[in-house]
Amino acid sequence: MKFSRLIWANLKRKKVRLLLTIGSFAVALFLFTFLAVVKSAFSRGEEIAGADRLVTINRIGLINVLPLSYSDKIRAIPGVKAVTHNHWFGGVYQDERNFFPQFAIDIENHRQVMSEFKVPDDQWNNFVKDQQGCIAGTALAKRFGWKIGDRIPIKNALYGTTKTWEFNLDGIYHDEKEGGDDSQFWLQWKYFDENVPSVMKSTAGWYVMKLDSPDDAAKVAKAVDTTFANSSNETKTETESAFAAGFAKQLGNIEFLILAIGGVVFFTLLLVTGNTMAISVRERTGELAVLKAIGFSGRAVLFFVLAESLVIALFGGLLGLGLAKLAIPVVGTALRGLLPTLIVSVPLLLLGLLFALFVGGASGLLPGIGAMRLRVVDGLRRV
Amino acid sequence: MAIPLIYNVRSVRARWTSAIVAVLGIAGTVGVFVAMLSLARGFKATLVSSGSAENAMVMRAGATSELTGGVDLNSVKSFQDRPEIARGSEGPLIAPEIVIVAPIPLISTGTDANVQVRGVTKNVLQIRRNIKIAEGRMLTPGLAEVVVGKNAIKSYSGLTLGSTIRLGTVNWAMVGVFDAGGTSFDSEVWADAKLLGPAYGRGENFFQSVTMRLANPDALQSLRDALTTDPKLNVDVTRELDYYTKQSGRLTTLITVLGGLVAAVMAIGAVFGALNTMYSAVAERGREIGTMRAIGFGGPSVVFSFMIEALLIAFIGGLIGCIAVLPVNGLTTGAMNFQTFSHVAFAFKITPELLIKGIFFALIMGVVGGLLPAVRAAAQPVASALRSL
Repeated sequence: MKFSRLIWANLKRKKVRLLLTIGSFAVALFLFTFLAVVKSAFSRGEEIAGADRLVTINRIGLINVLPLSYSDKIRAIPGVKAVTHNHWFGGVYQDERNFFPQFAIDIENHRQVMSEFKVPDDQWNNFVKDQQGCIAGTALAKRFGWKIGDRIPIKNALYGTTKTWEFNLDGIYHDEKEGGDDSQFWLQWKYFDENVPSVMKSTAGWYVMKLDSPDDAAKVAKAVDTTFANSSNETKTETESAFAAGFAKQLGNIEFLILAIGGVVFFTLLLVTGNTMAISVRERTGELAVLKAIGFSGRAVLFFVLAESLVIALFGGLLGLGLAKLAIPVVGTALRGLLPTLIVSVPLLLLGLLFALFVGGASGLLPGIGAMRLRVVDGLRRV
Repeated sequence: MAIPLIYNVRSVRARWTSAIVAVLGIAGTVGVFVAMLSLARGFKATLVSSGSAENAMVMRAGATSELTGGVDLNSVKSFQDRPEIARGSEGPLIAPEIVIVAPIPLISTGTDANVQVRGVTKNVLQIRRNIKIAEGRMLTPGLAEVVVGKNAIKSYSGLTLGSTIRLGTVNWAMVGVFDAGGTSFDSEVWADAKLLGPAYGRGENFFQSVTMRLANPDALQSLRDALTTDPKLNVDVTRELDYYTKQSGRLTTLITVLGGLVAAVMAIGAVFGALNTMYSAVAERGREIGTMRAIGFGGPSVVFSFMIEALLIAFIGGLIGCIAVLPVNGLTTGAMNFQTFSHVAFAFKITPELLIKGIFFALIMGVVGGLLPAVRAAAQPVASALRSL
């Protein structure tokens, strides 16, 4: 890069402008990352869903339960490797705003079906032995500063009367999938079942089954629903990702909102940098003409202009992405309970950098082509 | 002495290519700012207006939403004749209701939404007085009929007047559309409470919430005292207005915080754009500034003049942003309210106050973006400014 010093000298000429343009890039890239992270947080359930898992709910809606006897019937269907059942607990810890999902889980099959949730064996064994035991995700335990052995009171008005259930924290799980959900709270289904009114006894909120092969998903789902057709509790079975997608779609048209804001940001950024490059080329028309007069080709001049705007884009982009990487976890902590965990992934950062370089290249192109086509006499004649 | 305003107007016009960058940057920021706030406002207004200050709601103590509540018929009978509750021609204006969420596909995506289905009593329209039947008729108690809110009919598929819809184990005939004035009831489906419970396998003597009209709005406290101290009851009493205000809290906070954050970061970018424009305006005009100083305009006049220019650019930007975002006013969108576990339609709500806030926001960006360049302009020594190109 024998011309690097020339490009560097040109960049340094107007320091304030350079800093402001780099700043604009940094802001745009920060926003880009932030919006992309929020969007993926909403659709993550769909992305991390197990391809070989199906979810069965009551056909008339998620708030209706299914008989526990379905468990054995589902297990008998060919293609089903394992099945577990969950119940929504829906209690309140200290304050309504401290929302987190609580599930009554089936200790016999949960680990086999939801194999990505890792709990140390000794902790799990303590949990199984302790009727009032519970397990919390790492993020949840950190949020409330819970330690193993803590007693956790949860108020619940959902089943019969309002009362406070006491739990002992026996273990902490971690979801080994990237971006997995570490915010759940598990209690034993058996303990749940003993303490709910008789109409809720021996029921499951929903079933999750693991299949022998993901290719059988459609076939098995149909077989499950056929088994229970015309019974008093018909079922609706779908893949875990379709189930999660249905939830995400209800949240409203977040994708459109984010695309609209992103579009505004993109357009403004292109304008700012394009304008800056145009101004700096215009100011230097004479110099560019001199360069051409002493023998640099039109392409070389185009290269100088493009290189300059790409360097600005690179610096601005790295700055913005770095800031995003630092700031987004802080924002995520401030918004916990409202939003799923915000995760800045490496592919996203690379995409952002690519996006910055693209804008840099595009904004340098027009002034650069103008400079390339510049006739030496015109350039020298202009003041 | 002040430099004439027309000087700034003309110079913005002469350097419009550079000014337009700052204008559009500010316009975009103001647009996003106003749109996000209007979304949060619209959602909040939809829920808050659902509740009336003249109604009280009784739910199981500790219940966070109607869906988690539960009150049995005996409890209802024990307090329905209290003097705090208004009476109509057919007895007390009290409505024990069942609330269920049923999956019905959205027209827009084809995927299921959790639609709130409410089992109502025949006096419901006397208790919720802002709700009117807009098309067809009210459902007949005892028959498998439903009436549907005016937003529900637009959002969910399969709801047309005269058609039947399956909810739970029963097929219901759709006989009417009601208009609840843009409140969250407009996203609901109503059926007879006595039939809806059994259709979902629940007893007909068990309800989620009890809504009643108060004899006068101040009677709430005495009703609350009476019911919460009764050892046979395990209930909370809230004003209906307070209940719905609380239900809007989480999503409103989320939209406001996210929107505020995005707008703040965009504002930083827009200020950078404005600074760039103003600095290059100052740099290109060194000689003009020197001339003005030489003929007697003081430093403060020059600062003031450039500030006016920056504010002019910001004002135009703010105005364009506000105008560009106006068409979304009234646009209906839907979202799942996590607190009630159900889908609600609501509209963007742009108020004049919001637009003024937007313009004000733009002017702040103008001040921040204009101040430093203006000071630099005034600080240039006259002689060197005149000597420069």
